[in-house]
Amino acid sequence: MAATTFSWLVLLCPLVGTIAIAVGFRRLQGRGAGWIATAMIFLSFAFAVVTLALVLGKSPHHRELTSTLWRYDFSAGLDAKLQILVDPLSVFMVLVVSGVSALIHLYSVAYMDSDRGYARYFSYLNFFVLSMLLLVLAGNFIMLIVGWAFVGFASYALISFWYRRRTATRAGIKAFVINVVGDVGLVLGTFIIFQHAHSVEYLKVFHATHHVFGHDSATLVVACLLLGLGAFAKSAQIPLHTWLPDAMEGPTPVSALIHAATMVTAGVYLIARMHPLFEQAPTAADVTAIGGCLTLLIAATIGLAVTDIKRVIAYSTMSQIGYMIMGVSVGAYSAGLFHLMTHAFFKALLFMSAGSLISAMAGDQSLDRMGGFRKAMPFTFLGFMVGGLALAGLPPFSGWLSKDDILGFLDHRGGGFLVLGILGYIGAFLTALYTFRMIFRAFFGEPAAQARELEAGHLAHADVPRNPATGEEEDTDVGFPGAEHHIAERDPPMKVAMGALAVLAVIGGVLQIPGVDAGIERFLEPTFADSVLARSTPSTSADWVGLAIGAVIAVAGIAVAYRLWIAAPETPGVLRRRFAPLYTLFVNKWYFDELIDLVVVRPALMLGRLGDSVLERVVVARGITGGTVGVVRAGSAAVRRAQTGLLRYYAAGMVIFISAVALYFLVSSS
Amino acid sequence: MNGTAVLFFIAAIGALSGAVGVVTLRNPFYSVLALVFHLVSLAVLFLLLHAQFVAAAQVIVYAGAVMVLYVFVVAYVGGGQEPLTMGGATFRFLGPLFGAALAAELIIAVLGSALQGISTRGAHIGPAFGTPEHIGELFLTKFLFPFEVASILLLVAAVGAVVLARRRRGLEPEVEMDRRVRMTRPSFTGTMAEAAGTRLPQPEPQGPQAPLDSEPEPAGATGGEPRYKGGW
Amino acid sequence: MWIGGYLVVSALIFCVGAGGVLMRRNPLVILLCLELMLNAANLALVAFARMWGGEAGQIFALIVMVVAACEVTVGLGLIVAIYRRRLPIDVDELRELQG
Repeated sequence: MAATTFSWLVLLCPLVGTIAIAVGFRRLQGRGAGWIATAMIFLSFAFAVVTLALVLGKSPHHRELTSTLWRYDFSAGLDAKLQILVDPLSVFMVLVVSGVSALIHLYSVAYMDSDRGYARYFSYLNFFVLSMLLLVLAGNFIMLIVGWAFVGFASYALISFWYRRRTATRAGIKAFVINVVGDVGLVLGTFIIFQHAHSVEYLKVFHATHHVFGHDSATLVVACLLLGLGAFAKSAQIPLHTWLPDAMEGPTPVSALIHAATMVTAGVYLIARMHPLFEQAPTAADVTAIGGCLTLLIAATIGLAVTDIKRVIAYSTMSQIGYMIMGVSVGAYSAGLFHLMTHAFFKALLFMSAGSLISAMAGDQSLDRMGGFRKAMPFTFLGFMVGGLALAGLPPFSGWLSKDDILGFLDHRGGGFLVLGILGYIGAFLTALYTFRMIFRAFFGEPAAQARELEAGHLAHADVPRNPATGEEEDTDVGFPGAEHHIAERDPPMKVAMGALAVLAVIGGVLQIPGVDAGIERFLEPTFADSVLARSTPSTSADWVGLAIGAVIAVAGIAVAYRLWIAAPETPGVLRRRFAPLYTLFVNKWYFDELIDLVVVRPALMLGRLGDSVLERVVVARGITGGTVGVVRAGSAAVRRAQTGLLRYYAAGMVIFISAVALYFLVSSS
Repeated sequence: MNGTAVLFFIAAIGALSGAVGVVTLRNPFYSVLALVFHLVSLAVLFLLLHAQFVAAAQVIVYAGAVMVLYVFVVAYVGGGQEPLTMGGATFRFLGPLFGAALAAELIIAVLGSALQGISTRGAHIGPAFGTPEHIGELFLTKFLFPFEVASILLLVAAVGAVVLARRRRGLEPEVEMDRRVRMTRPSFTGTMAEAAGTRLPQPEPQGPQAPLDSEPEPAGATGGEPRYKGGW
Repeated sequence: MWIGGYLVVSALIFCVGAGGVLMRRNPLVILLCLELMLNAANLALVAFARMWGGEAGQIFALIVMVVAACEVTVGLGLIVAIYRRRLPIDVDELRELQG
């Protein structure tokens, strides 16, 4: 069968999973829903591998395949079809998405056990995988927008999964609203492109780009900036990033899957896919690159200061995606996507390990109360270490190779991009610093009470379940997390998933070692064949220089972190007091939430209140409806005056009328 | 000036004065008497028009039966002496005014061009015109249907009069009627809810209006002291 | 004889009756004025019967008389009923139809 058929099967499996669980959840006992969902995603991954094999079997020039399942009717020249595009980029993304999703499903089978909404969780999660696969397999802008919107919904549904928690529902709303801003950008950008290119199919648009748009033409820049707006909202880049830390309200596997490995990379995928457009509009590409760089640094500084462990990892995600966006904006497509893949591995691993740790802490997520878990949770500690080293970029972990691939390309392009590259190296230092701050504080030092309990063999339990962010009391009924906590050391599915990701995080870099092989670059070449920027790559020696610098910086960061949190533990306090204003800025997330509240939310609320008090109450209620009522009342009152009830008035009326009629006849006949 | 014309004028003046008397006399009893006089004058006019049977019926039925009925009722009800000024301020002037206007119109119509074609002679009529035999024959042949309908009308009127005049068992208590009609339903319920006896829905308590952004992490919010003393 | 005279008389009687209906407050007298108007119509009918030579006018006049009798019956019954309720016999007071 053709490669495209298997791609449709890739899409079909999670759809079947979603519907099967949604319809039959009452009959599924225990972990049944979980196993079904996991099996579907593994099956999807298998089909993706088959697709890969079939695509590789073709010659490089014939690797862009489209397949249409249904043609919506032509309307106004809109050639919208239910169409997928199977080319190296989409196959790459499908493999990453389905592979990591499968492992996270496996992890969730154990982690979410005892939650009353178990089946709902897996139904949503399968739906998410379906939407993400649809997004990356889309063959035209319309299917992209459909996938984009579905992914937004799945994110919202999973963030507010514990829907009786007010913080969770508010976070879900916040995520959705900010995503909608991005959706508007995406749709408007699509419209502008359609208006000029007269098609919504990817291949047709990309082939026509050079004819239709001039180099750096204002229209294309605007369209690309709007697409970039969509990418920034979905990938949580500044200024549309405020939803991502709040999205940590969702269950930890959700954070791992959606907000680390897959959904937030949709923006990266978008820019990579639209590279012909972005290359034809370098201004827009520069803007996105600078945005990515800013995010990289700002997020890293915030990650240094916050104390909720999941939020540290969330800001780390934001920062790493900044790298990826920077990469694909300047032409380092294979490097950026390589980093996407490795980041998926080690970030999902970090989140999984964090989930295990939080379970051991009986739901408490604050670093302030964690410590010394090294002896109690060796496997989780291993997971953190592997993930952390990969994140920090220590050789020979995968993160080192991918991150420095991007930075090497930036240096190679030179000019202003060299500045971005240097800022990227500074970000790498900060990355190592905050990663190991987290690890050293959580696993070293004096063991916490929960750690001691665990060493004694007893998993800690909170007497009263509480909301980790606000401390409110909760119960464990439906809509709240379940009563039991699961740690990796005791639950095999969690262990297997984490183990697989750890292995991948270590060896994943072998695909693209400079001078040895360029697996990813060669695989993705057909997609990026039309790219001008991707042709010039740095030489092997320049690559190795960059890698060496990266390694040195990573070691430096780890060393500083060791000094601050293990060797001389009183130093952090001193530093904090010395740089108090800076610390306040970082811990308050650079006041972005307050700024958005002031600039967007308050005016909107004021407008709403104005609308209510003036427009609604005065104009509509009193004016229009009240006015209509008043007019009718006045009219009836006037007419009612004829109903005097007095016989003689009625008689008079009759006489007058008869006289009038007689007069008429008199006049008309004379 | 022949006899018919003289008789016509006498009868006409009689009829008109009777009519004016009905309208202007204060005591309703006197009005009834004036009407009787008017009716008799009209009967004379009918006779002049060769309508013998109609004239006889007028006197016997109208003046004889209907007016007697009126006299009985006036005697029972006893109309009060109604002063002219109390006839409603508006209508003291407007009544005669409207009447005069209408009269003017009709007279103009009659005397005007529309009726110029009236011959002063009248059609040729035979000797049996207006006799009871002729009228009776017409009633039973050509105008049978109106005759029967009129009798049904009389029956209906008789039944109606009996219904109106029968004595009921006291007055219907108006208070009860009012309460049944004017009882208001409590809001948010309909008649079925009343019947079923359900309770009123309570208004939803308003949740606290909180802004949508998240609060910055409090330094040691969730229960217990921060055990980490490092500060950063 | 000139038919116009009878018609003029009929018109005058009709208008006097109409004026009386408008002016008087006692329902009994109003009914009497209604009788006047009916009689005026009767006169006109009979005059036209004489003019055209057909008896339909006279027949119709008799029917009108029947109608007048019925109407008087019902009207007086109403007045008696009103009187028995102890309501004032005054059309300006009987205003239940006021809207």
